[in-house]
Amino acid sequence: MNHWIVAPIVLPAILAPFIIMVLRYHLDLQRIFSVSGVIALLGIALTITAQASGGEILVYELGNWPAPFGIVMVLDRLSAMMVLLTALLALPIVLYAIASGWDERGKHFHALFHFQLMGVCGAFLTGDAFNLFVFFEVLLIASYGLMTHGGGSVRLKSGVQYVAYNLLGSTLFLFALGTIYGVTGTLNMADIAVRVAEIPAEDTALLRVGAVLLLLVFCIKAAVLPLHFWLPASYANAPLPVAALFAIMTKVGAYSIIRMYTLAFGPEVEATQGLVGDWLQPAALVTLAVGAIGILGSQHIARMVAFCAIASMGTLLIAISQFTPDATAAALYYVFHSTLATALLFLVADLVMERRGGAIAPTTPMPQSGLISALFFVGAIAMAGMPPLSGFIGKLLVLDASRDASDATAVWAVILIGSFVTIVGLARAGTLIFWKSHDTQVVTVEDPVDGEEVPAPVAPEPQPGLAITAVFGLVAGLILLTLFAGPALEYTSKTAGQLFAPENYISAVLGGEE
Amino acid sequence: MEALVASAVGIMTAAGIFLILRRRTFPVILGLSLITYAVNVFLFATGRLALNAPAVLNKYEDVPYTDPLPQALVLTAIVISFGMTAVIVMIALSAYLSSKDDHIDMSPQDSVDAPGEDA
Repeated sequence: MNHWIVAPIVLPAILAPFIIMVLRYHLDLQRIFSVSGVIALLGIALTITAQASGGEILVYELGNWPAPFGIVMVLDRLSAMMVLLTALLALPIVLYAIASGWDERGKHFHALFHFQLMGVCGAFLTGDAFNLFVFFEVLLIASYGLMTHGGGSVRLKSGVQYVAYNLLGSTLFLFALGTIYGVTGTLNMADIAVRVAEIPAEDTALLRVGAVLLLLVFCIKAAVLPLHFWLPASYANAPLPVAALFAIMTKVGAYSIIRMYTLAFGPEVEATQGLVGDWLQPAALVTLAVGAIGILGSQHIARMVAFCAIASMGTLLIAISQFTPDATAAALYYVFHSTLATALLFLVADLVMERRGGAIAPTTPMPQSGLISALFFVGAIAMAGMPPLSGFIGKLLVLDASRDASDATAVWAVILIGSFVTIVGLARAGTLIFWKSHDTQVVTVEDPVDGEEVPAPVAPEPQPGLAITAVFGLVAGLILLTLFAGPALEYTSKTAGQLFAPENYISAVLGGEE
Repeated sequence: MEALVASAVGIMTAAGIFLILRRRTFPVILGLSLITYAVNVFLFATGRLALNAPAVLNKYEDVPYTDPLPQALVLTAIVISFGMTAVIVMIALSAYLSSKDDHIDMSPQDSVDAPGEDA
């Protein structure tokens, strides 16, 4: 058996307790091990992506139990790509957290960070629905710790809301799994797919309930309207490097939707035909609209970026909800882009907040304003989907893929108007934060000597260059994604092809080693 | 039997949802606990209810048995929900102690638009 498949889960699972138990009092060693761990994870992710890119679906049977009885890890193009994205995202964020000193504002940042990576990678790799639940819990419990990292009463309060909402989501997940198990008698995803296809059409009421409950759970994770209420407050109040890492968590929801609703409850399955896309599409459109309006209305940069995350999830789910190979290929390209762009904007927001506070209003000029405003500009271009960065290509692909859809007019209108409102919102924020603050007439302080109003002084420079370098790493990711859009799109098209031929997945998992 | 289990799940869920919609953290946590109890009973029942039956197959004769998998799932679910409840109690407690206020929603002086400033 190919043991590389389980490595992205085992590595953080060993590293995180090691950091807690052995390196508890050695912050420098924690940092060294944490960064090395993320680099190793990146190496593993590249290896398994290379293995999966051939198109073969690799199965890892835990404990060597054959498929429907034991838990399996499944590596196909989609899961390899998502693990790679996780590792690519984790590296700049962990470097940023170290450089900006966020990791020393509370305990166990690095251990929780690796537990989080373990949960995310596990959710991407598992081939068992109940195991998916367990990995959701792993990533959630780590995220509770990260979200309240550093403390403070506002952060703790929003932490309570976040935990309560997600605890309810987990309970809903269990109800959904129980219902599906009650009908199909299995929780292995491939086996569910086989059983669902065999169930006679008149007995599918309970199965449809299970499928919709499961969709609700994934929609909570993906922050689809009207289940998005947890996101703005949680992300805006979390430490912002952590919020940048959480950019991958909403994608776990999107990944689960793609996985379950192409494999088990696919478009050609009679029992649930049309059920998912019909509900998901309008919700995704409203999500994008509300996200764009939220960007325009936010008074705080962190909240604004949180609404950017919601808007990009809206665009992503519009593409996913069409359930055609073209649209899914576009969605997968957009997943890559929107994760990097959201993380980039969160890190830039943190740079801004560390220097001048996060209010979107003119205040004291800040140090390195030119550099940071340039980074904000790049992030805003990427997020709004303007040329030349990958957001433009991503949105273009989504628009192109939805050209033949029945409600193409609505989709095009919402995406284009939403992008316009996003541009206006981001331009407003950038103007107020970076340009008005340089108008020295705006902010003045009283001179202590002669009592006259003089322009406010620039605060001393708070951070070393590594933080900026880490942010540039994300920018480089976006630029590479733009330059190599062709190969990336080829990969995602092949991935979509693999997803819409679930029989290969099923035979790889269940065919086993007879 | 089925009616008893079903109504127990239903009543616990309803009570849990009612409590979750309260404004203070303590009833909300109680409500979450009730719902996790409800889901545990529900999961247990997904293997169908069988009385006095072993959870193993008998190789020699055809005797009734109960499905062991939901029991294993329930064990996992109990452990996870117990741990999660402990986490939310701790976070809620520290939020209460640091802000002297146990409302679940943000109060106006928390100034929602200035997140994390006090960290």
